[in-house]
Amino acid sequence: MANAKSKEQVSPIGADLPRNDVYEKVTGTAVYTDDFQFGNKLLFARAKRSPYPHALIKKIDTSKAEKLPGVKVVVTGKDFPNRIGLYLQDKTIFATDRVRFIGEPVAAVAAISDEVAMKACDLIEVEYEELEAVFDAEFGASDKAPLIHPDLENYVCPNFIFPKAKTNIANHFKIRKGNVSAAWEKCAHIVERSFKVPHIQHVPIETHIAVAQMDEKGKVTVWASSQSPFAQRNLIAHALHISQSDLRVIAPLVGGGFGSKAGVTMEAIPVALATKCKGWPVKFILTREEEFYTNFVRQGLTIHVKVGCDKEGNLLALKNMMYWDGGASTEYGTNVTRAGGYSSSGPYDIPNVETDSICVYTNHPIGGAYRGFGMSELHTGLDQAIDELAEKAGIDKVSFLKRNGVTEGDVLVTGLIMHKNGIQECIDNVAKSLKFNEKEKPSSADRLRGKGIAIMWKAPAMPPNPGSSAWVEMAEDGNVTVGLGGQEIGQGTFTVMAQMAAAALGVPYEKVRIAGPVDTQYSPYEWQTVASRLTWSMGNAVVLAAKDARRQILDVVAEAWKENTEDLDIINGVVVSYKSERETSLENIVIYGMPKDNNEGWMGGPIVGRGSFMPKYVTNLDAETGQGPRAVVHYTVGCEGLDIELDKNTGTIYVLKGAASFDVGKAINPTLVKAQVEGGFAQGLSSAMFEEIKLVKGVMTNPSFVDYRIATAPDMDFPLDTPFVEVPQDDGPWGARGVGEHPMVPTIAALGNAIYDATGIRLTNPPYSAEKIYLAMLDKGIVK
Amino acid sequence: MTLKTITLTVNDMVETVDVPQNMTLLQMIREKLSLTGTKNGCSAGECGACTVLMNGEPVNSCMVLAAECEGATIVTVEGLAKGGKLSKLQEAIVKAGGVQCGFCTPGMLISATALLNRNPHPTDTEIRSAIVGNLCRCTGYVRIVDGIKMAAK
Repeated sequence: MANAKSKEQVSPIGADLPRNDVYEKVTGTAVYTDDFQFGNKLLFARAKRSPYPHALIKKIDTSKAEKLPGVKVVVTGKDFPNRIGLYLQDKTIFATDRVRFIGEPVAAVAAISDEVAMKACDLIEVEYEELEAVFDAEFGASDKAPLIHPDLENYVCPNFIFPKAKTNIANHFKIRKGNVSAAWEKCAHIVERSFKVPHIQHVPIETHIAVAQMDEKGKVTVWASSQSPFAQRNLIAHALHISQSDLRVIAPLVGGGFGSKAGVTMEAIPVALATKCKGWPVKFILTREEEFYTNFVRQGLTIHVKVGCDKEGNLLALKNMMYWDGGASTEYGTNVTRAGGYSSSGPYDIPNVETDSICVYTNHPIGGAYRGFGMSELHTGLDQAIDELAEKAGIDKVSFLKRNGVTEGDVLVTGLIMHKNGIQECIDNVAKSLKFNEKEKPSSADRLRGKGIAIMWKAPAMPPNPGSSAWVEMAEDGNVTVGLGGQEIGQGTFTVMAQMAAAALGVPYEKVRIAGPVDTQYSPYEWQTVASRLTWSMGNAVVLAAKDARRQILDVVAEAWKENTEDLDIINGVVVSYKSERETSLENIVIYGMPKDNNEGWMGGPIVGRGSFMPKYVTNLDAETGQGPRAVVHYTVGCEGLDIELDKNTGTIYVLKGAASFDVGKAINPTLVKAQVEGGFAQGLSSAMFEEIKLVKGVMTNPSFVDYRIATAPDMDFPLDTPFVEVPQDDGPWGARGVGEHPMVPTIAALGNAIYDATGIRLTNPPYSAEKIYLAMLDKGIVK
Repeated sequence: MTLKTITLTVNDMVETVDVPQNMTLLQMIREKLSLTGTKNGCSAGECGACTVLMNGEPVNSCMVLAAECEGATIVTVEGLAKGGKLSKLQEAIVKAGGVQCGFCTPGMLISATALLNRNPHPTDTEIRSAIVGNLCRCTGYVRIVDGIKMAAK
């Protein structure tokens, strides 16, 4: 016993272990997609894009392009008519009969150099007949708007998406809980306000890239910077009419995703080209300008909020009307709309809720998944209306949030019963960090000071049954390799998975490797790296695989030692017996097994653990009321606050301090949790102060870093406090749940509330730029 | 396109390279010398991912023509660790947790190396202004700045 105890392992769970990809990343040896070498046969792809927001394609003439020396292949939409989409199948790889946004690919070229490919695109002649376009979601939803997808009723979609035939409404999600109209009469205070949240871009520093090659037998390999190698395998195979097994996606490290590299976007273009030049690899990299508007963007939202409470400050009723500017395709965006609907109360306990969350086709760039998946947009309106309501009710904001925050047992908007959560502690943490209820003076007479606070929630937004799987293998040296299909996009999932495998198996963290890059030919299935679901879902699969391997090892050793498995353990990579105090290292036995006594032969063999996890309890919701037993797997909740000063002469915001607190269930790696929260807060603040895709008649007028500014290091020059809360998730590994997206969800509202506190001005349309603030102060007479 | 032969020093190695007149330093580093640690994020000198040291100064290598680099001394991210040992800055960034997706990291490390070379004890503001041209979308710069401070101690 003494022996085994002395070896007691320090748990890798909850430990600040170093990232397992960091050495490569600081030495420049980490491999991203563009770092692969493809040899002299490599072809370069470029796309011919639509210059019109909405037009019929009358004729495409590719003959001049085809004759240009160096051009290998030119493709158009006629060869790829299959519609694909993650949720609503409304998109083709290339526009076929009509274009629906500026930048939509119409044709593509593969050539021996990028220059030749670009020149060839210029030589493709397309004749268009312009159509009336839709640039506003509310107008688009009306019966006056021209139809963007006249065949909508024929599109395939799952039974939880509700498109309306002969309209531009791609999804209409409804909540009807309680009796809202009756509840208004009982309200002592009501706030009604509209907000408009603009389109923004994810801005990964690595733009989208994919390389595709088809072999002589017709099997396709794709190398892509991807959050979704398995979803891409499925969707691209569908688009090309080939079998999923004949499409292999290899996904190296990702230089930032934030949702933009989920689903399928530009990856299908080099694949289409590769099918026409077997044996030749075709590389397609988006330019920074293309990155800004030709791929997924965060869709715009117009939200009308009406919310009321009784005189004690208890929320009684909420009415939400949301129009999402889904863009030219809503294949992914329809589910953002759905998420905005089933979470439309925010983390507040409200008995009467009526929500209409409407996804509208427009002739704008395509809306897709973006970190937070609808929640930032929703909370921007909701949390500012709540802030105003608290003031109207004469209740301090912290108390108002605490009084109304969701608690265990609350019946949520969909009928789901809320689980245990730490929202009260999150609010307390932020309030304490910012001394929220102390009114503090600005640093000079030229400045105004204000504090803002906002709470949030978000559930993983996904189909009811997205699966995860994992395997665990070991080498002769006793080191462990974990196979998984989720992606390392910077969040640190490979590190967290190694920590979990180490803990579940009983080996030191340093002995665990992750089998990368993810490759659909060898890696186990993972739905997508989205929705802050990996720590929870893939984590469960990895733990099951590690436990399976552990059991196999212990069974062999128990048999060899003629002991009971229950008396054995693996500690620090050594199998020990609590009963006999025997021990053996894992080396060799995990491959060769163990000899039986008396030269009777062998037992065991190579150890392979397997794990698979899929939530099985999520149900569909009623189409008319949005009610059902279990809308989502769980919610992560949190709170953010800002203490700011505003320069009266310029409108410039100076953040004095930020605070962010989220209930992560269990922080498997506290440093990584804090790093996620810091980065998310910065992205949220950047979107709150600077970011907007400026669209004028469908044209993005600011597609560069000069004109579309994101937060730089000097913008983040303030202390940011990030205490986390750990109320365990009942089905999470060690109680963990995700926190990847959440930190950017409440930031716009928190800043808006701080600006209000400083100025008495409620700004409704972010970004809250210095110019906007200054003009509002001028208008209000705060400055002259 | 006519080629120009240039000789320059990259990470302490003397290299002679034939470059087309329109090739950028970034393309030469990645494509001719296979030093793929230096990243391309915008091709327009706006994101800083391609930052290298040219004669000791940080430059956006996408904005420099390779043909102009005759006789230049270039340091890329691959040149920061010596003999398998990380530089003090690299160690500090690792320790501070200043790496997430890693795509801005090479350029960030080069800008910070240039800062520490000319100013071994920078203030917080000096650190932030030295990396103002290096965009990062993952970290909020919090732990990058912490790492640079740690290295300056």
